[in-house]
Amino acid sequence: MKRTTYTAWKFLLPAMLVVAGIVGFPFIKTIYISLFNAPLIAYTQKAEWVGFKNFIYAFINPSFMGGVFHTLYFSLLSISLNILLGVLTAMLLNQKFFGRAFVRTLVILPWALPTVVNAVLWRWIYNPTYGALNALLTQLHIIQNYRDWLGSAGLGTMTMVVLADTWKNYPLVTILVLAGLQMIPKEIYEAVKVDGANWWNIFWRITLPGVRPALLVALVLKTIDGLRVFDIVYLMTSGGPASATKTISFYVYQEAFGFLRLGQASAFSIINVTIIFVFVIFYIKFIRSEGVSG
Amino acid sequence: MRRSSYHGHKILKFIFIYFFVILLIASIIAPFFWLIVSSLANLKDLVAKPLHWIPRHLNLERYREIFFGQVGISFRYALRNSILVALLATGASFVLSLLAAYSLSRFPGKYRSNLLYVMLATYMMPPVAILLSLYIMLRQVHLVNTIWGLSIVYSSFLTPFLTWILKGFIDSIPKEIEEAATIDGASRILILLRIVIPVAVPGIIAAVLLGVLMSWDEFFYALIFTSTNQAITLPVAIAQFTKRHSIDYGMMAAGGVVAALPPIILAVLLQRYLIQGLTSGSVKG
Repeated sequence: MKRTTYTAWKFLLPAMLVVAGIVGFPFIKTIYISLFNAPLIAYTQKAEWVGFKNFIYAFINPSFMGGVFHTLYFSLLSISLNILLGVLTAMLLNQKFFGRAFVRTLVILPWALPTVVNAVLWRWIYNPTYGALNALLTQLHIIQNYRDWLGSAGLGTMTMVVLADTWKNYPLVTILVLAGLQMIPKEIYEAVKVDGANWWNIFWRITLPGVRPALLVALVLKTIDGLRVFDIVYLMTSGGPASATKTISFYVYQEAFGFLRLGQASAFSIINVTIIFVFVIFYIKFIRSEGVSG
Repeated sequence: MRRSSYHGHKILKFIFIYFFVILLIASIIAPFFWLIVSSLANLKDLVAKPLHWIPRHLNLERYREIFFGQVGISFRYALRNSILVALLATGASFVLSLLAAYSLSRFPGKYRSNLLYVMLATYMMPPVAILLSLYIMLRQVHLVNTIWGLSIVYSSFLTPFLTWILKGFIDSIPKEIEEAATIDGASRILILLRIVIPVAVPGIIAAVLLGVLMSWDEFFYALIFTSTNQAITLPVAIAQFTKRHSIDYGMMAAGGVVAALPPIILAVLLQRYLIQGLTSGSVKG
């Protein structure tokens, strides 16, 4: 018995050491640095203890709070669109039709496209003077003049970024939900049909409960992805116009590598982690109370 | 009467399904079509108004430039770096994760089971939570802007993720196949190598594939930790390229096609494993 315990730990140790060394330790160090006024270069010599000042500054700083708002907006919109499109396409791909295997493969393609390529591609499609979206919509007489899709200082630009992001990422939800749908035995549908249930009833009573585990996984993954979004925003808009699309991660990046204020950047990143953990803990509580075991 | 309304219903459903299937196919293909067209068309066609959807002149000039020309130098280095980092990071994380996953699956002690959740929590960490400290640490050991440094950084998310995936697969392998060997007194590492690994091949393919795809796609860490040809990966090369030649969208499209081909080919060829890997955690709940 003792021998087994020894073997168990021996096998675990390398991974644990690595994770502790490159995740655990740096994370604790980030928390520590967030309490200092520290420059990025030669920070150990010039670090000055400031306590929670960096955090207080974050909460009274309107542009950072704007960043929090942009991040929440991005997350909420992208979670809703991803789940909605994922469920609808999964239900479609669960039907019988000619060429189904081909379409199921096709759906994977956007997901496999690198994020950077996706961002660059959609920036080109949205281009105000030569973009394909402008060309398409004018030729279909939906809009009269070419528009600057990434030019509005309100939430419009962020919405366009979310659409580009969703196009690439919702297929993951499709794959997860489709796998869930395929687990539902066909006999159940037959049985309920005999009982005279309409499709709305079938959807609520059988389909939705059947794919709930997949939906919860999708929800957690999409929430984490949304709350830490950086790459697509950085590449499509560089945070602009006029900070309209800067997210929390973007502020961390800007603070550390633009203004070289390491302490303040660390405080921003700790706030980001806290927001993610609050959401995830909320989901876990929700999952437990709903009685879906993990 | 009843019969015909039944048929009417069927036809409606048929039209309904095919309408949305075509819509779905079009929505997926159109952006890809435009990416490929933009990489091949003459600039004149791309900036024409009204836009020429089917370009009049096609050429492979941009691809030639990427693989053999001056503009493509960074790109070719980045291609090499991306391949090396994906292999190094995934390879190292895979070995660590396989050992850990085997231990967590076969010896689920009370403390050790909690470690799986620690792994998962680690995976949830946003890059910004560890980025700054990692940057300082790697700078002290002169690993910033190296392939090795970036691979170490990637292990931070690959190790927990691959452990999670592999544990799911090993859980589904019956314990009994190991019993005979245990009685013979074979060591655990030998059992893992000789008995578990051959049975776990689909899971291993899935895990390695996901690791490679994640490394290939990663941008934020690469942006911070690499800056010159000796270490930049493809995403960074493309980003640098867009900042420098912001007007030449054709060139960016060509670079995009080249960067996108490896993951897309892998995902399509290995889609069975990919889907198994992605769904292994969720279907069981």
